[in-house]
Parts: sequence; C-alpha cells; structure tokens
Amino acid sequence: MTAVLEAVGLTKRYGRRRALSDCTLSLPAGRVVGLVGPNGAGKTTLLHLACGLLKPTSGTVAVLGSAPASGPDQLARVGFVAQDTPTYPGLSIEDHLRFGAHLNPRWDNALARRRVDSLGLDPAQRAGKLSGGQRAQLALTLAIAKRPDLLILDEPVASLDPLARRDFLRALMEFVAEHGASVVLSSHLVTDLERVCDYLVVLASSRVQVDGDVDELLATHHRLVGARRDADDLPAGQTLLEASHTDRQSTLVVRGDSPTDDPSWEVEPLNLEDLVLSYMSLAANAGRTPVLEASR
Amino acid sequence: MIWLTWRQARTQTLVAMAALAAVAVALLVTGLNLAHLYDSSGIAGCTANCDSFRETFLNDADGGFTGIVYHLAIVLMYVVPPVIGVFWGAPLIARELESGTYRLVWNQSVTRTRWLAAKLLGIGLVGVAVTGLLSLAVSWSAAPVDRVSLNRLDPNVFASRGVVPLGYAAFAFVLGVVAGMLIRRTVPAMAVTLAVVAAAQILMPTVIRGHLIPPTHKTVALDAQHLKGFGISEQGQRMEVRGAYSDPGAWLMDVTTVRPDGTDFTGPANQEACNRDTSPKNCMDWLATLNLRQSVTYHPASDFWPLQWVEGGLFAGLAALMALFCFWWVRRRLA
Repeated sequence: MTAVLEAVGLTKRYGRRRALSDCTLSLPAGRVVGLVGPNGAGKTTLLHLACGLLKPTSGTVAVLGSAPASGPDQLARVGFVAQDTPTYPGLSIEDHLRFGAHLNPRWDNALARRRVDSLGLDPAQRAGKLSGGQRAQLALTLAIAKRPDLLILDEPVASLDPLARRDFLRALMEFVAEHGASVVLSSHLVTDLERVCDYLVVLASSRVQVDGDVDELLATHHRLVGARRDADDLPAGQTLLEASHTDRQSTLVVRGDSPTDDPSWEVEPLNLEDLVLSYMSLAANAGRTPVLEASR
Repeated sequence: MIWLTWRQARTQTLVAMAALAAVAVALLVTGLNLAHLYDSSGIAGCTANCDSFRETFLNDADGGFTGIVYHLAIVLMYVVPPVIGVFWGAPLIARELESGTYRLVWNQSVTRTRWLAAKLLGIGLVGVAVTGLLSLAVSWSAAPVDRVSLNRLDPNVFASRGVVPLGYAAFAFVLGVVAGMLIRRTVPAMAVTLAVVAAAQILMPTVIRGHLIPPTHKTVALDAQHLKGFGISEQGQRMEVRGAYSDPGAWLMDVTTVRPDGTDFTGPANQEACNRDTSPKNCMDWLATLNLRQSVTYHPASDFWPLQWVEGGLFAGLAALMALFCFWWVRRRLA
C-alpha cells in the first residue's frame, strides 16, 4: 500500500519558534487517520504543510506521491477543510456550490446538491448567516464534492456542539464509506477521533510522539500496577512511558510487543485516551527535564 | 476563477458602473453646454479683440452648473485612483488573508498563480477601464475650456486629463494589493495605500514631473518694452525684476533675471534712480540700460503629450513591477 502522506525530517520554523520539528511520518492509504495533540502542538502546521498552504523550512513532504499544491491536478486530489471552516460570508450557499463547480474539474454536483438538501439548508442563504455547525457542513460539502482522494480536516469539530459534532462526523464517515477516500483529521480531543479513526498520530511539543494502527497501539500499550518499586525495574521488553507512585503502589504505562508475564504486575488494558495522555505528558516532561537538572 | 472573481466583485463593479453613468451624464450636459458657449463666443472666427472674447467665454464657463462640474471633474480625476487603490486594491488579498478564506480558495483545483492572475488582471483592468472612460469623458467635456485657457500643463489640471489617470489608477490598485499582501490586514493596508498614492500625487507635480523630459531653456531680452515691473527691498540691496515674457500654454518652471555676462541679477538698485522719492519710471529706465535678460526654464504646450505618456508609462511600469512581485510573493513567501 502506498502512503498518502510521506514526510521526511519535516520542519517548520517561525522565526526562532519551532512549530514542527523533524517530523518523519508515513501515513497509509485508505485509512481514517486521527492527528491528536494539545493546542499548539503543530497539528495545523503539519496539515497546512500537507496541503501546500505552508512551505517547509527543511525536510520534505509528499502527498499522494507529489509535492503539495504543485499543480491543479494535485490540488484536485486533495480536499481540505480548514480550522474554523472558513467560507465567504457575503456569498450564498448556491454561490459556494457554483464556485466549487467552476474551480474543480472533478466536481460532483449531484453529491453537493444532495448534501445541501439533506442538511435542510436554503441555497439562497448567505454563508455568514449560517450556524457554526451548518458552516462546517458547507465547508465539508465543498471539500468532498471535489471528490478528493485524500481529505484533510483541521479541527473540524472543535467549535461545534455535541449534536453538530456527531452529525458532522457521521457525514464524514458516509463519504468515506461511499468513496473510499483516505482521511486525515486533527483534534485536541481523542474522544472526537476514537469513533472514526483507525490510525492515530500523536503530536506534542512539535514532534511526532507515536503513530500507528489504533488496534495495534492498543495491543502494545498497557498499564502495569504492582507493589511500589523503582521505575527502572521494568519487565523485559517494555518501554516506560509514564510512572506514578503512591506509598505502596507503582503504576506504570509501558509499551511492549506483548504484555509481561511477570506475576508481580497486574496488567490492565489502556484505552486510547489514556494512551494519548501518557504520550502527551511524556512530551511535556521531556521538555522540562533539562530545567530540573540545571537547577539541581 | 473568472466566475468567482466576478461574483466577489459584482457589487463594487455595479456601483462603479452606476457612478460612472451618473458622472457621464453630468459631463455630457456640461460638455454640450461648453461647446455651445464656445461656438457662440465668437472666438473661433475672431480677428480682433480676441482676448476679451476669451475672457467672456471663460467667465461664462466658470459660472453655474457648468463651472461646478468642470471643477469637480478635475477633483474627481485626482480622487478616483486613490479610491480604486484603497477600496479595490487593498482588500483584494488582505480580506482573504484576514478572514482565513484563502485557506478555502487555495485548496480548490486552481493554482494560486491563476487565482491571483484572475483577481489582479480582472479587477485591475476594470479599475483602469473605469478611470480611462472617466478621463475620456472629462477630457472631451472640458476640451473647449482647455482650448481657450491653454492650461493643460498646469499642475492642477495635468493629471486630470489624458492617459496619466490610467497610470495612477493601475499604480494605486496594485500598490493596494501589495500592501494588503504584506500587511495582511485590510484597514492598515488601506491607510498605507492612501498615504503612498497621495504622496505620489503631491511629489509628481512639485518635484518630479518637470524633469521627466528635459525642459526647454530660453533667454529673452529684458529691454524697455519687456520690462513690466520690479520689486525692491528696504535698503535697495535686493531687487526682483518682472518681465513681460509670456508663452501661452507653457508651464513655466523657473524664471531668472540674468546680467549680460550670465550671472544672476538680484540687485543692488541704483540709489539715485530707484529710491522712495523718484518715480518708478526712473528706475525702469535705469534697469533698461543694464541689458538684462530673462532665463526661462519651461515646458512648452507641445510637451503635454510627451509628458503624459512618460508619466502615465512610469506609473504603469511601477504597477507592472509590483504585479510581478505579487506573483512571486504569492508563490514563494505567502505561505
């Protein structure tokens, strides 16, 4: 299977601030990829690099085998729903569909009309008068009616209420089921992604912390609970992500190909949210450690 | 892309067309009126006393509705280019950057270069065309006055005629686009555009225009017939001599009084001939004996079109350079 997105050493700097550091990533095709990380982790930067809105400071990124936004053909193959789902407030829904039809050779007019109908939107209404959820649906309609091979969505549901969130994700999954496109969507909440993603990328502190198939990630990450002991005292074949101790008990979050058979540990499965949180706190602590050493 | 550009600019274009139509009607009425005044003034066939015919005509033309439209038309030609720059140029890209819609439109199946080309050329050409039609209408309407008063080179009139307004319009528009691209916010970009265009409109006549093509130099005798008057300082140390030199339709840039040896004459005045108690005639007679000359630097009326083409071309060239910069920036840097 070819990769829909192949990044090698991808770095974006704004002045001295690094928005994305040395990101090497290969996302498989035909998947719904969730990109999760705290605010300011570099999610938007990565997605903007992928659709060519930004140029990398160093490193390379290829999307569907070519440089992002390298030409009309490449642009036609990638759909993008930007954060806060921008639309032209002065133009009506009808106008948006017409410009979509004018600007995209692969435009599926029937699909666009059907979606506007089923959403119960009045085509004559100005986009500026739509609710956040309706605007997000309009932006999604524009992105999917161009029939992209890869659909990129940047925090599409962040500003939506729970109902609009559910409807939006449902619409997205319908499109995936019908057209088999690959999807990359970002969120700072794992719960948004859990239901729709089968591949996960955790981005924190401008770096990719982990990426992989969701089932595989769940199968290789565990929580170990046992009598209090040193964090160094790990079962063989496990990598420590996070450790917390009470007076009597140690809790470790570890990564390993198979759970340990050491009977002194009680092995618990990890849900996706805990897994992501462990990587986020790992990234946050990694940033802090040198400061502690310096003050010692 | 043309459809979207048209859809986004529809309202402003229709407003501009309506305004253009209204102005055109006013100019048509005024132009016909002025033509009628000219025909009935007797200037065309005059053999004697032509100056008084001219004066009567200019007085008539300056009065009432006709006069108001004539003067407003000049003002309008100075206002239109900055308005195009501020209200069409500056928001063109800045608004998309500010509101985030560039993220929508740059991900349609159209390259940024084509997107910019459609916006820049489409709206820019409409702006230049509107200015061109206006300039044509104003130049036609005011033609009888221009023919009589011969003041088309006057710094106040020059940029309201011919092809210069088109150059200013193109310049102001692209300048607005560049400012919007670099500042990325609409209102500051509008302010910068207005400031720069206004500065250009002030600097051109005061500093630059006279040197766009080399002015003509001429030395004329300042003998008894050509002496017209003089000014004298309290102690008689400094003197200023006025000659009767005139060249209808010319733009006088500099007139200096020089001695026969070519040095500037600034006094001192002869104390006997030119003092408080003698008649000015004595002083004039004394001045006539000095063999003074006037050194005149000027653009003759025939420089009107060469100056128009050079100034219009200069601004069109600046607009083209800035447009190239826009294309470079949108591809390389605006990311």
